[in-house]
Amino acid sequence: MSGKPRLTYLNGRGRMEPIRWLLAAAGVEFEEVFLQTKEQYDKLIKDGVLLFQQVPLVEIDGMKMVQTRAILSYIAGKYNLYGKDLKERALIDMYVEGISDLMQMILMFPFSPPDAKEKNLDSIKEKATNRYFPVFEKVLKQHGQDFLVGNKFSWADVQLIEAILAVEEKIPAVLSRFPQLQAFKTKMSNMPTIKKFLQPGSPRKPPPDDHYVETVLKVFKR
Amino acid sequence: MSRKPKLYYFNGRGKMESIRWLLAAAGVEFEEEFLETREQYEKLLQGGSLLFQQVPMVEIDGMRMVQTRAILCYIAAKYNLYGKDLKERALIDMYVGGTDDLMGFIMMFPFLSAEDKEKQCAVIVQKATSRYFPAYEKVLKDHGQDFLVGSNFSWADVHLLEAILMVEEKKSDVLSGFPQLQAFKARISSIPTIKKFLEPGSQRKPVPDDKYVETVRRVLRMYYDLKAN
Repeated sequence: MSGKPRLTYLNGRGRMEPIRWLLAAAGVEFEEVFLQTKEQYDKLIKDGVLLFQQVPLVEIDGMKMVQTRAILSYIAGKYNLYGKDLKERALIDMYVEGISDLMQMILMFPFSPPDAKEKNLDSIKEKATNRYFPVFEKVLKQHGQDFLVGNKFSWADVQLIEAILAVEEKIPAVLSRFPQLQAFKTKMSNMPTIKKFLQPGSPRKPPPDDHYVETVLKVFKR
Repeated sequence: MSRKPKLYYFNGRGKMESIRWLLAAAGVEFEEEFLETREQYEKLLQGGSLLFQQVPMVEIDGMRMVQTRAILCYIAAKYNLYGKDLKERALIDMYVGGTDDLMGFIMMFPFLSAEDKEKQCAVIVQKATSRYFPAYEKVLKDHGQDFLVGSNFSWADVHLLEAILMVEEKKSDVLSGFPQLQAFKARISSIPTIKKFLEPGSQRKPVPDDKYVETVRRVLRMYYDLKAN
């Protein structure tokens, strides 16, 4: 028994990716179990390990945690990435929730029908450049610090760098009007734990492809 | 000077209702400003008080908080409804995540096409009775305590009661296979602050009607139907 957190999910980004990012950013090593067949998933349900019959599942500190948000909050709290008091936590929560709304659009994108893909891509671009990125550009500009909250590295910073890179994969020039975010991206990418996570061979998963979409539909078919 | 929290939203349940429940359960009085016109919403936007251009927005302790989950977490922690340590918080977060997903199905209901509404009603009942209620029934049965987490009243209990009542509005006998949840419902409903919130004249909002849907569509210029998931 290694004591490392163990992640159960498909072999791809999906809802587990922010968890991989946060653990990696905190310098925490983890193991992964990949769901590849419906039978594996049905067995997990039958064994009663999935509280709401869903993954992500993270086995950590004797708990079988489900619900992405709950898992992320626990990791952030445990590894001191959740601010120093209630008000900093409130800011981190607001920023993380906003970014999460943007990431939700990216998460759903591979599953949109072919004739909706262009519209959805435009939507992602519009929301990123008009709603979300301007907020964080302004936050960073106003306090002039390296990190979003409390002058200290937190979950909010990890979530933002993940989102920036994910949007850039779809819209390469998306940061062109956001100098603060460009500088932020460089700084975060150079932090040792994140730099390591961005290198080949890390647990970071590639952008979803057709094979991933196929696997999702197969495993979760009811 | 302690000001009451002030809630900015439509005059209806939507995403603000869980916040009303939690403040009420904590015995915290609050004020409300109801969005009725597009002009009001644009004024809020121009004034810069909506971080991501969205409501709910709650003015509390000098902050203009947005994002329902962030607001709920803050209230829960401030009023000691978030467990005593990280592990209890983890359990509360997991349970609230489940009830949140369940209530999400109900929240989108008024904005679905007529055809999707019928299907969605069945989905809500099916998910409640085969996925969510069994989980909470088991939690209560296994530890035999009055509250979901750590033998203390918490956010998780408030959220579950809210979800139970919402599903019952769709199918009144939905708790028939769940004796623990029936007892839970009776217990939590009789907590003084909750009992008060359940009485007529409280700030609890009624089931969404056509007027509510019309107001939301008009203010947000959301004239399309949502897609059921």
